[in-house]
Amino acid sequence: MALIVVAVFFSVLIGVGIFYLSFRYRRRPGHEVGQLVEGSQLLEITWMVIPFIIAMVLFAWGAKLYVTIRQSPSDALDVYVVGKQWMWKIQHTDGRREFNELHVPVNRDIKLTMISEDVIHDFFVPAFRVKMDVLPGRYTTLWFRPTKTGRYHLFCSQYCGTNHSEMGGWVDVMEPSQYQAWLSGGSNSESPEQAGQRLFTSLACVSCHGDLSGSGPGPRAPSLRGLYGSMVKLSDGRTVLADDAYLRESVLDPGAKIVAGYDNIMPTFQGVVSEDQLLQLFAYIKSLGNQPAQNASAAPGASATTAAPAAQ
Amino acid sequence: MSTTTANPPPASSPPPKAHENYLNANYGIRSWLLTTDHKRIALLYLVSVTIFFAMGGFFAMLIRLQLLTPEGFLVGPDTYNRLFTMHGVMMIFFFLIPSIPAVLGNFLIPLMIGAKDLAFPKLNLLSWYIFNIGALFTVYAIVTGGVDTGWTFYTPYSSIYSNSQVSAAVIGIFITGFSSILTGLNFVVTIHTMRAPGMTWWRLPIFVWTQYATSIIFILGTPVLAITLALVAAERLLHLGIFDPRLGGDPLLFQHLFWFYSHPAVYIMILPAMGVTTEIIATFARKNLYGYKAVAMASLGIAVIGFLVWAHHMFVAGISIYAAMAFSLLSYLVAIPSAVKVFNWTATLYRGSVSWQTPMLYALGFIGLFVMGGMTGLFLAAIGADVHVHDTYFVVAHFHYIMVGGAVMGYLGGLHYWWPKITGRMYPEMLARAAAIILFVGFNLTFFPQFILGYLGMPRRYATYPPEFQVLNVFSTAGASILGLGYLLPICYFVWSMRYGPKASSNPWPATGLEWQTSSPPPTENFEVTPVVTWEPYDFEHRPDLGLPKPERARPKPLEAPGLELGD
Repeated sequence: MALIVVAVFFSVLIGVGIFYLSFRYRRRPGHEVGQLVEGSQLLEITWMVIPFIIAMVLFAWGAKLYVTIRQSPSDALDVYVVGKQWMWKIQHTDGRREFNELHVPVNRDIKLTMISEDVIHDFFVPAFRVKMDVLPGRYTTLWFRPTKTGRYHLFCSQYCGTNHSEMGGWVDVMEPSQYQAWLSGGSNSESPEQAGQRLFTSLACVSCHGDLSGSGPGPRAPSLRGLYGSMVKLSDGRTVLADDAYLRESVLDPGAKIVAGYDNIMPTFQGVVSEDQLLQLFAYIKSLGNQPAQNASAAPGASATTAAPAAQ
Repeated sequence: MSTTTANPPPASSPPPKAHENYLNANYGIRSWLLTTDHKRIALLYLVSVTIFFAMGGFFAMLIRLQLLTPEGFLVGPDTYNRLFTMHGVMMIFFFLIPSIPAVLGNFLIPLMIGAKDLAFPKLNLLSWYIFNIGALFTVYAIVTGGVDTGWTFYTPYSSIYSNSQVSAAVIGIFITGFSSILTGLNFVVTIHTMRAPGMTWWRLPIFVWTQYATSIIFILGTPVLAITLALVAAERLLHLGIFDPRLGGDPLLFQHLFWFYSHPAVYIMILPAMGVTTEIIATFARKNLYGYKAVAMASLGIAVIGFLVWAHHMFVAGISIYAAMAFSLLSYLVAIPSAVKVFNWTATLYRGSVSWQTPMLYALGFIGLFVMGGMTGLFLAAIGADVHVHDTYFVVAHFHYIMVGGAVMGYLGGLHYWWPKITGRMYPEMLARAAAIILFVGFNLTFFPQFILGYLGMPRRYATYPPEFQVLNVFSTAGASILGLGYLLPICYFVWSMRYGPKASSNPWPATGLEWQTSSPPPTENFEVTPVVTWEPYDFEHRPDLGLPKPERARPKPLEAPGLELGD
């Protein structure tokens, strides 16, 4: 790795320099005092400019890598992760749930959408060279593409209290066929979308937003069909992207952004819905497609949702 | 700019006889606890920070013992979490930050610039009391159950979820912060207004420059930390929603505010150590410092850029990609002045007369460890690589190379170098050299394995760990026991030397600074006559008063780039 080369090079350079010079000019009889040596502007500038150039190269390399790490590909397989003291709750799009263990197929981009129920955690898989903090009240995403089957450590790497060091598990990377077998072996038949749809009724969202079967608006609130990923016009004139963060705010703090043409009548669901349920609701809304926006590869149905670029 | 401060020495002192000095001018506990003499206050600080260092070191020892086995050798996770938190809190807020400024800076700044005392001697004493009152709160927190948040106090864990003594600990740090602010203020005013005739800015010892840069960080940075910790206490005690999203707050806000101080705080710890190293290298190479102005300006450059890099602690915390890029770029910039210093120190050895006495061993050790700490910093500043090593033992190793390898080596080097001036006695040279080498070896054995551990993915702050990490952890613990011995030795022989050490002359090395122009230990008023400075800094050649022979070939000629240095 370039970094190690640079680090070793300069450490050795300085180390050898110090040893050579302090032996070569060691104190000995007849050489009791050093000689006055004038500074050299040229030399000072040289050893500012050369490290500067090296630093900028390293910066560009690191930044390029970072952009790749942070921007998830659009066709990745979605997985929802909720962190809490001290466990990882993982939900697959087909409804299979697991704890402290994540099963994924090999050679497939995997995108995690993560949130915490309490304090800050961090999802860290050393073998994949990725980690991302998992925050309360805000979604973060992480993606990776496993290329070798096997079992890899999963750690929480942001200190989160008593059993921080126990808050880990494994990532199981499987052959696609094995993965399918594993998926179908689960007992949870209800997918997040189905669960979300059920919640949409039981939390009485339908009474204002409508049952979302048609494309028209609900009785007292906008329809949510085609909402996810679209641009929403607000009553104060702004236009915002309807992403996870927007949906979350609209459920927990409905007065923050009012859709143009509607009144501020929605009650807050803070404390009513859990983080898992919120993710299920969003999965349902996502499954209703993205008609007005551009990358509308809407796939309503029970199989798999399509990932839309979600800001954290 | 002669020194006329309002405060006379604490007791009415008759005209100093030859043997009278600040230590024997008067006796009794009152003469120490109510002193306004900067030298005595420095010794008060020395006692305080040594106690806190011992506490922090004790916690470190327990941490290393715990990590001997994967399942945890010693204590349960709750206790372990308290151990590493209190190790960090004690070492950072109560040892590293005050160590060099409050002990060596307090003692030396007036002596180095030819002043009788600091500008505000009473304020100086007040700072020491504030420091200890703050420390009492934190010690109270430790005794009554401890703190388990990590020294970083990340919210909302610290403000809502932790069941430990967070409030007392942060109130302690809040109070202690005022001691830093007042000390910084005192130093800045002193350096501006109390320099002796002839002591121009470009004749200031580099140690004073670094203290000046540090003081600026104290004054500008510490209030931000104080406010941040006050907000944590407010959220905890009054449930004001500031950082917890459930109360409408933002947990990342805390991290921004916290690191806005705590990153520059790293430079509070390392800059003074750089100053010490510079003094030692010039003295023991008996040669003028190479690139004086570049080194002085690099200190200020580090202090200024150091304020602009805080979010490099947050690359995986959920900040935007663009913010991460900006902070990565700025973090690389701070490497440049640090590199300039290292190159100039190395170049100073060129054509010097290098003696390997104890302080020089510490100074050269400092350079080596600082370079390694700095080089591994490049890994962390490269945002793509940081994603992997962030919050692992790689980071732990990195900052221990800077803070222990750098700051503590600098502090110990400085204590040895100025010990004859402070106490009037010499320490045992051979034992001290052995201790310096033991420290260097023990340090590397402790912390180098942690780089590998982190790279392999061991997260920090783990009370238990997967078995494959055990071998390296055992190495680290073994190294820590050697390191511990290296710390015990100086404590023992320093205490021994205060009574039994050979008497030191006023300028035993000899060195060029003003502090060596007065007797060892100095009289209460530092100089019997206000000195007048007529020489350039670190100039051995034109100083017949040092009693050194003339260099064999006096040939002041520009340094013709020694191939070694331009090899990069």
